Amino acid sequence: MDFYDKDLVSIRDLDREHIESLLDLSEEMIPYARGEKVERMLDGKVLGNLFFEPSTRTKLSFESAACRLGCSVIDVSEMSMTSISKGETLADTIRMVDAYCDVIVLRHPHEGAARLAAKFSENPVINAGDGAGSHPTQTLLDLFTMRKVKGSLDGLNVVLVGDLKYGRTVHSLADALTMFGAKLTLVAPETLQMPDDIYHHLKEKGCNPKKTSTLEDVIGQADVLYVTRIQRERFPDPAEYQKVAGTYRIDNTMLREAKSDMIVMHPLPRVNEIAYEVDSTPHAMYFEQAFNGVPVRMAILRAILRGI
Amino acid sequence: MADGKIVETKIPPIRNGTVIDHISNGQSLNVLKILGVNENNIDSVISIGMHVPSSKCNSWKDVIKVEDRELDPQTVDKIALIAPEATISIIRDYYIAEKFNVRLEDHIVGLAKCSNPNCITNKGEPIDPEFIVEERCPPKLRCVYCDRILTNISDNLL
Ligand SMILES: [Zn+2]
Repeated sequence: MDFYDKDLVSIRDLDREHIESLLDLSEEMIPYARGEKVERMLDGKVLGNLFFEPSTRTKLSFESAACRLGCSVIDVSEMSMTSISKGETLADTIRMVDAYCDVIVLRHPHEGAARLAAKFSENPVINAGDGAGSHPTQTLLDLFTMRKVKGSLDGLNVVLVGDLKYGRTVHSLADALTMFGAKLTLVAPETLQMPDDIYHHLKEKGCNPKKTSTLEDVIGQADVLYVTRIQRERFPDPAEYQKVAGTYRIDNTMLREAKSDMIVMHPLPRVNEIAYEVDSTPHAMYFEQAFNGVPVRMAILRAILRGI
Repeated sequence: MADGKIVETKIPPIRNGTVIDHISNGQSLNVLKILGVNENNIDSVISIGMHVPSSKCNSWKDVIKVEDRELDPQTVDKIALIAPEATISIIRDYYIAEKFNVRLEDHIVGLAKCSNPNCITNKGEPIDPEFIVEERCPPKLRCVYCDRILTNISDNLL
């Protein structure tokens, strides 16, 4: 597939081949992301960051990726303020922003916002998260991290733990991993398990995810432990939250059961899901994962603005 | 039925109007909702057969007969969303003047709203809600924007 001038709205728009070619290109981008090599391959291009809700990391990582390739960045997020206060539709805001840049990176609180933006924008739109919907660039960097460390995604035993109901990153990640033949285990309290429609979608795709609420039972088989944050506001009763949050806290005692080469990932920021003592173990992969956001987003920008 | 005359014992035949047959069992009240009939605006006879034996496949169905009314295409399309196997017969002077199956398109635009309250299509944007039909019987619709499955179709018809 030619990514040139295409939108990136949902990971479901891509097939395995598309994803692999993006991951390969991401690999090539690493020396550029580190500043070891310099090439202004996107010289003269302008990226517009349109963030309707704060997400400093995603925004900065796009900025860094763009700058490394010589693509200028303008922050048009202020337009989100004026459009909300003036009651302007997203469609109209997008038409304006579209005139200022060559690619729009959009973060929005409502599901489906990126699809709508793509419809109204002449230039390509990259979804940087829409409500509880998808966040495809996060998924790509997660896949990239797993593939880089483990060599392949096929047959990988991935345990997803935490808030699987509202956590947007895990939905598209589960979807994509299924595409690559990974085995999934879903660990969450009953009330925060994977939504039924996503669970069935995974089953239809040939994955048969195991559901459990006990991490101890499954951590020993994991190649990858993907941890997400459980938000306090999901629980009406604070005591209930404390109980659940405590159950899924990853520390060195918990990791005694794990394979020696098992990696722990987390989209960050963490609150207390992973103890600091884990940071210095070979299991900790979350900071490397965060760094990988840059080469992966470089690859995406390059593919969309210049083609692969 | 070779002569085109309706043979139906339990519900009396109508002279002019529409027969909606093979409605999925239990969906007749939702079809009435689509027809927009309520106690204040009915000026003709409506007969409803609920849980009627269906000759088609040894099962049950619902039937509605509306006198002196023919359906517009949009109404027919909406019926397809909740009763994809329904047949529509237009009756004129006791005879079937026209008979056709409702048709559930692959792509539904502007007939139902998304059941996800946080979907961008429910936020006053200048677009019609759109769905991809993933399964036909019973219909399973996926929102083109937020990717969610439309739950409770009959409550979300526009
Ligand atoms: Zn929707």
